[in-house]
Amino acid sequence: MDFDLNMLSNLLYAMVRTGTPLLLVALGEMVCEKSGVLNLGQEGMMLMGAVAGFITAYATGNLFIGVLLAMLMGILMSLLFGFIAITLNANQVATGLALTIFGIGLSAFIGASYVGQPIKGFEPINVAGLSDTPIIGKMLFGQDLLVYLSFIIFLGVYWFFRWSRPGLIVKAVGENPHAAEAVGLPVIRTRYLAVMFGGAMAGLAGAYLSLAYTPMWAENMSAGRGWIALALVVFASWQTGRILLGAYLFGLMSILHLVVQGLGFNVSPNLLGSMPYIATIVVLVFLSMNQKRIKLYAPISLGKPFHRSR
Amino acid sequence: MIKLQPRREPSALMVYLSPVLAGLLTLITGAILFTALGYNPLTALHTFLIAPLQDSQGVSEWLVKASPILLCAIGLAVAYRANIWNIGAEGQLLMGALVGSAVALQFPDSESKAVLVLVLICGILAGMFWAGIAAYLKTQFNTNEILTTIMLNYIALNLLQYAVHGPLKDPEGYSFPESAAFSAGATLPTLMEDGRVHIGFGLALIAVLLVWFLVSKSFLGFQMKVMGMEAKAAKFAGYPEKRLTWLVLMISGGLAGLAGVCEVTGPIGQLIPNVSPGYGYAAIIVAFLGRLHPIGILAASLLMALIYMGGELAQIKLSTPAALTSLFQGMLLFYLLACDVLIRYRFIKTKPTTLSQGAN
Repeated sequence: MDFDLNMLSNLLYAMVRTGTPLLLVALGEMVCEKSGVLNLGQEGMMLMGAVAGFITAYATGNLFIGVLLAMLMGILMSLLFGFIAITLNANQVATGLALTIFGIGLSAFIGASYVGQPIKGFEPINVAGLSDTPIIGKMLFGQDLLVYLSFIIFLGVYWFFRWSRPGLIVKAVGENPHAAEAVGLPVIRTRYLAVMFGGAMAGLAGAYLSLAYTPMWAENMSAGRGWIALALVVFASWQTGRILLGAYLFGLMSILHLVVQGLGFNVSPNLLGSMPYIATIVVLVFLSMNQKRIKLYAPISLGKPFHRSR
Repeated sequence: MIKLQPRREPSALMVYLSPVLAGLLTLITGAILFTALGYNPLTALHTFLIAPLQDSQGVSEWLVKASPILLCAIGLAVAYRANIWNIGAEGQLLMGALVGSAVALQFPDSESKAVLVLVLICGILAGMFWAGIAAYLKTQFNTNEILTTIMLNYIALNLLQYAVHGPLKDPEGYSFPESAAFSAGATLPTLMEDGRVHIGFGLALIAVLLVWFLVSKSFLGFQMKVMGMEAKAAKFAGYPEKRLTWLVLMISGGLAGLAGVCEVTGPIGQLIPNVSPGYGYAAIIVAFLGRLHPIGILAASLLMALIYMGGELAQIKLSTPAALTSLFQGMLLFYLLACDVLIRYRFIKTKPTTLSQGAN
C-alpha cells in the first residue's frame, strides 16, 4: 500500500512537470486569441526560446539570465509575427505557419554546436519541507522554480481576465475591434501586447524544456507541444481555469507510457509515444461535435485582420 | 510617414512579382548571413545554387529531390485552393512510404513489375487513408483540419519508427533499424542510364498536367475555387461542400502517399527511419511560392530541391550547419508573405500633419 501511494505521488508530480510547458504556451496563446489574433507560430517561438535560453545559460552559467533571454527571444519572434499579421494585415494562419517553419530552422541553425552539451538545470525545491506530505506533497511543494512561476502566471492571468480593466479591454478588442476602436480603445496596440505576451510565454515554456524538464538542447525538442497547446485553448473554451485542467490532463497523457511500463506491460514506446497526439484528436472531435459551444466561447473576431476605419 | 493604402483591385503584377522579390530578399539575406559567419558570400552562394547543377549527375539528383516535393505541393495546392488547410503532407508521405514498404517486403524475390504497380497503388491508398481521417473528422464533426493533420503527422512518424524498429526490421540487418532492401520487382525503373532519376519524376509531371486540367479547365475546379474564395457563395450555389472537401483531401493525400512510396521504391530502395527531410513541410512553402498554380509550383519545387542540394553540398564543402536549409526555407516563406501584402496594398507617403494621428 505504501508503495502504491509513493507511485501515485510520483505520477502526480510528473503530470504537473509535463503539463507545465503546455500550460504556459496555452495561457499565452489564450491571451493572444482573446484579443482576436490566432498565432499558429507557438512551436517556432518555443524552440527559439529553448535554444536562446540554453545557449545563454551555457555561456553565462546563470539559469535566470537564460530564462530572461528565452522570454525576450519569444517576444522578438512574436513581434515578427505581429508586424506581418497585424501591421501588414497578412493571413494569420499562413503567417503563423511561417513562424513555426522559420523557428524550427533558425533554432536548429543557432543551436547546431550545442546539441548534446551538458548543463546543470533547475533543481526541485522542497518548499517549507512540505514535499514529504503524502500524495500531493511532491506535486505541489517539490517542483522546480519555473513550475512555481507557472502557478503564479496562471493566477495572474486568471485575475487579469476576471477582475482587471486591461483584461476587459483585451476581450473587447477580440470580440468587436471596430466597436472597441469607436470608444477609443487602442486596438492595434492591445493586439500587439497580447501577441507579445504569447511570445514571452512560449519563450518561457521553451526555457522550461531546455533548462528544467530535460536540461539540454536538441533540434525540434518541443515535439509538437506548441500545437497541442493550440488545441488546448479550444479544449478549454478560452477559460483560464480549464486551461490548467487541460494542461495537466495532457501532461498525464504524455507520461502514460511510463505508467504502462511501470505496471509491467511490454508495449512499443513508439506506439505509446503517439498517445498525446491521438488524445488531442479525440478531444478535438468531441469538442467540435458541439459547434454552438465553440461559437459561444470563441472570440468573435478571432483570426480576422483588423483594418482601421478612418 | 509611409502608410499602407488598400488598392482598389489586387495587383496582377505583384502576384507574380512577389515570389521573385521574396527570392531576391532571401538571397540578399543569405549573402549577409554568410558574410557574418565568415564565409565569402559569393563562394557560398555559388556552392549553394550553382555548383550542385554542374554535371549531369547533379541535374539527375536535382530531379530526384524535386519529385517528392512537387508531388506533395501540387496536391496541397488543390486543397489550399478550396481553403482546406492540409498541413499533413508529411504524415501522408510517411504513410505512403510505410504501407508501400510493407507490401513490397511481401515479395522478396519478385522480378515482376506488377508488384511495383501494386506497391505504388498501396502507397497512394495509404496517403489517401491518412488524409481521409482528417476529411472524415472535418465533414462529420467540423474538426479543424490544421490541428488534426498536424497531429496525424506526429502519429505517422511514430508508426514509422515503430515499424522500422519492429515488424518491418530486416532480421538479417544486424541491429540497424532498417527494412531489407526491396526486390527488383518492387523498385522504380530509372529514366536515364546514369543517375538516379526515376519514373517518379515522370509521374509528378503527369500529376502537374492533371491538376492543371482540374483547376483551370473543369467545373469541379471552379467549384473548389468558389468554395475557397467564399464558402457562403458556394453554399448558395448548391455546391457539395462535403464532397469537395473529401475530394481535395483525397487528391492531396494520394499524391503525398505516392511521393512517399516513390522515395522508398526509388532512390532509397528500402524503408529507413528518416524517409523524408521534411518534404511535406517544404511543400507548403512551395505551394504558396508557386501561387497555387501548377506551373508556378513546378518552378518553385525545382528551386526548393536546389536549396536542399545546396544545403547538403555547403555542409560538405564549407561545413555549414545542416539546418541552413530549413532556415532558408522559413525565410523564403516569411519574405513571400510580407511581399504579398503589396498585392492588396500599396505604400503611400502621408503628410507630416497626419503623423500624430497615424502614430496613435
